[in-house]
Amino acid sequence: MMSSFLFRAMDARAGIFLGIMAAVIILIPAGNLLVPPGSPFHVPTYAVTLMGKYLTYALLALAVDLVWGYCGILSLGHAAFFALGGYAMGMYLMRQIGTRGVYGDPILPDFMVFLNWNELPWYWYGFDMFWFAALMVLLVPGALAFVFGWFAFRSRVTGVYLSIITQALTYALLLAFFRNDMGFGGNNGLTDFKDILGFDIQSDRTRAGLFAASGIALVLSFLLCRAITRSKLGKVLVAVRDAESRTRFLGYRVEHYKLFVWTLSAMMAGVAGALYVPQVGIINPGEFEPANSIEVVIWVAVGGRGTLVGAMFGAVLVNFGKTWFTAALPDVWLFALGALFVIVTLCLPKGIVGTIGSGWNALRQRKASADYEAGSDEPPASPPQSAGSQSRSSQDTSAKTAEPQPAE
Amino acid sequence: MGSRSPSRHAFLFTPSRPGSRFGRVRSNKYHLALRETDRFVSMEGRQTQEQTAHPSRRRQAAPQDEKFTFIRNAGDQMTLSRSLLLFLFLTLGLAGPGFAQSDPETLRPLINELAKGKYDQTEKQIGDLAATGDPVVAPTLEALGEGDLYFRKSDGMVFITRKAGKGYALTDPLTLEPAGEVGRRDVKKIKVNNSLRRVIRSALGSLTLRAPDPNVRMQAAEAVFKSRDPESIDALDAAISAETDDGVRVMMAQARAAAVLNSDLGEDQKREAVTVLADLGSRQALSLLMSVRSTLEGETLDAANSAVMKIEKSIAAWDAVQNVWYGISLGSVLLLAAIGLAITFGVMGVINMAHGEMVMIGAYVTFVVQEMIRTSMPGLFDYSLFIALPLAFVVSGAIGVAIERGVIRWLYGRPLETLLATWGISLILQQAVRSIFGPTNRQVGNPEWMSGAFELGQMTITYNRMWIIVFAMLVFAGLMLVLKKTPFGLYTRAVTQNRRMAASMGIRTPWVDALTFGLGSGIAGIAGVALSQIDNVSPNLGQGYIIDSFMVVVFGGVGNLWGTLVGAMTLGVVNKFLEPYAGAVLGKIFVLVFIILFIQKRPRGLFALKGRAVEA
Repeated sequence: MMSSFLFRAMDARAGIFLGIMAAVIILIPAGNLLVPPGSPFHVPTYAVTLMGKYLTYALLALAVDLVWGYCGILSLGHAAFFALGGYAMGMYLMRQIGTRGVYGDPILPDFMVFLNWNELPWYWYGFDMFWFAALMVLLVPGALAFVFGWFAFRSRVTGVYLSIITQALTYALLLAFFRNDMGFGGNNGLTDFKDILGFDIQSDRTRAGLFAASGIALVLSFLLCRAITRSKLGKVLVAVRDAESRTRFLGYRVEHYKLFVWTLSAMMAGVAGALYVPQVGIINPGEFEPANSIEVVIWVAVGGRGTLVGAMFGAVLVNFGKTWFTAALPDVWLFALGALFVIVTLCLPKGIVGTIGSGWNALRQRKASADYEAGSDEPPASPPQSAGSQSRSSQDTSAKTAEPQPAE
Repeated sequence: MGSRSPSRHAFLFTPSRPGSRFGRVRSNKYHLALRETDRFVSMEGRQTQEQTAHPSRRRQAAPQDEKFTFIRNAGDQMTLSRSLLLFLFLTLGLAGPGFAQSDPETLRPLINELAKGKYDQTEKQIGDLAATGDPVVAPTLEALGEGDLYFRKSDGMVFITRKAGKGYALTDPLTLEPAGEVGRRDVKKIKVNNSLRRVIRSALGSLTLRAPDPNVRMQAAEAVFKSRDPESIDALDAAISAETDDGVRVMMAQARAAAVLNSDLGEDQKREAVTVLADLGSRQALSLLMSVRSTLEGETLDAANSAVMKIEKSIAAWDAVQNVWYGISLGSVLLLAAIGLAITFGVMGVINMAHGEMVMIGAYVTFVVQEMIRTSMPGLFDYSLFIALPLAFVVSGAIGVAIERGVIRWLYGRPLETLLATWGISLILQQAVRSIFGPTNRQVGNPEWMSGAFELGQMTITYNRMWIIVFAMLVFAGLMLVLKKTPFGLYTRAVTQNRRMAASMGIRTPWVDALTFGLGSGIAGIAGVALSQIDNVSPNLGQGYIIDSFMVVVFGGVGNLWGTLVGAMTLGVVNKFLEPYAGAVLGKIFVLVFIILFIQKRPRGLFALKGRAVEA
């Protein structure tokens, strides 16, 4: 049963992706640690960290694609789950500093000593143990998403209204984490980490290890998402996305499906945040910015929503562009990003991967038809469509006849 | 991620943020005070400074400045309260209409009389001087009290003197011009004793308390109220009986009460004074009562205690009123920012994330207009906002129409994609403004009629806040009129209610869409003109408002402007009431959580559209 569930996750496209990921996970740390500096194949440490960061972004984009691409929930607040996971990891890393902090307090983090706190707040208990922190990385975003989603989906808040209240959620958290009284370091957030699981966080080996961990987490999440979206559950999700009322009338408890996938997605975002923090070395309330959440959505849109691979590809591509632009042409970056939003929504509604995929399908179908006309016995089967492309075609037809509609 | 500084979000609702223009009013007042102090210390011939002052004051500038010459001479020994009184009297008394009634030279014989006779005669002479009621004699009396008044032995002329080398420098007591120097033997001091000094002080007090200008009398009474000098009781009694203005009389009675409480008069008098103060009900009265409570006893103490409680209660009520006012003020800002959004969102179902940038563009239009006025026609500065309003409407509206025709029109029926595309547009607009005008805040000035503040009861109302409330209401009413009374409004409503039916009736819906979007954007532009008066004009201006605007629209309900009004006002007032208890940031968080929960209960907002329009 389980194996068939996972087996469904596999096909040619997934195979290609897994191959690439395996190569990346092995070659880049090897290029950093084994190849001597000076060799053309040497990968500098900063590049390892940078790419590790991209991988965590890719994981976040994957989480957004799962809810947006397959379930039609446009979340403008996924950065909140990302940041919460990051804070959970940051709290563990803060507790690991111990007496090496500026004030040398064995228990209290520096900022608490600075603020004259006498004892650890209750919610910091347990974060000195890695297993507890790791559990919280999953549970805190998951619990928040569950509560939020339970209210929202039960009341059938959909469409732009849902998007706006997710934005309100992350905005409220942004404001809350800016407060020093919250006990999360206020404006400065958590930083100055020393080590993780006993390894020095600055060393090349730890960084390579974190990179590999990010890659493995990404692969596992991808397989999970793939399995879900290709299962019967995934089919129901797509049905919810395309015709929510109809699915409900057919007897499916739409809100349960949505709640499940929403909570799962939030947990994945939390894991992404937890892997992000040790690599960049800081977590602060800026991560809650609503603008960040919207940026994640554009990664997914660029790569192609409802394709999973596309979301990850888009995240890496856009962030690579950001790194390059902000270094070379800092003034142009926002123009480029803004234009990307406009062009992708107007001209590339399927995203890069989605467009290539549908082009490939069309090509195959034409070839099959040509063969049939040439005398082959086999009638052309309707092309296998991924869940993503299917929805796209339905949406494209609706877009042609579409008119402005009063707000949903 | 996380490269933008989020601090302005966090403090959006903190009115006294450093560097914000919320504090400008106070700084204006402070500046005015500075200007006057400046005159106080650097006197002779500084009339140029007066050019910016009010015309009526400019008229009096010359004598005023001369008077200050005297103040510097005598100022060293003056006590604070008396110099304050005199200062008041000099700055404001001269502006009084009745000042020029008598020729100063007719007073000179009276002043010269001071050189003759003993103490009891001097007392009568002081009384005569005070009876003239002419403020010009004040420096003479003041100098007499300080022992700086001498008369010249040779001709019996009286002068204000100052030690200069071995002799004395003489100053004419009426014109306050230098009148040469004399040796120590040539002049003789006019002697005073303590009882005379008291007479002089009360004469001085009554001079201002009975000045012709009611404002001066008011100020004098307030000065006594603050100084609580028991010796001014008699002067106050006299002034009260002669007072014609009710407001001033009340203030004088209160000043008298304050003085009585500070004196050693009997219990009955004090109890009466407590009653008077209780009726006043101001914070000053409260602090006064609190501070004198320890000196009271028996029934007077009880009366004082109950008066304190009464005043505290009334101040709490005023605080509530003040909170409502602040809330309405914040609500009108939200209304201005959200009302354009409500139109586009309600009519077209379009989430316009670039709406905040339209507000920002409106603010920059104001900036450009003011810059042009500054360089070419400085006289028009007070009208700059009126020039900026139509321009901002046209510029933002044109950009809005361009966005609708260029981008949004292709995305109808896909609200989530519209959201992303308009977000992209907002990034482009922000960066464009940043490239043109620079990333820093630009200075947009308040016109004269928008700066300053006035008092209403126990609260202070600043003019810019008041005008923004008025302006928001005008915009709201104007928009209502457009939507209800014009053909364009009719089309818009028809399209909102049933697009296909409207199209069948011959309404060109794409045209209506474009114009509606332009209208919404134009309204955002004129909101920007108003917000430029209270917020920093920077490329990030719009971002700070976009989430709040969405909250207002979603809370109030879509497709109904009344919903937007009620939503904005509710959120504003609730926010301001939470602030004292929870702090600005936490209050804001509560409001956000409240809205999230509210949406669960009423997913379509307070005033939801009913009927067929909902299904579309």
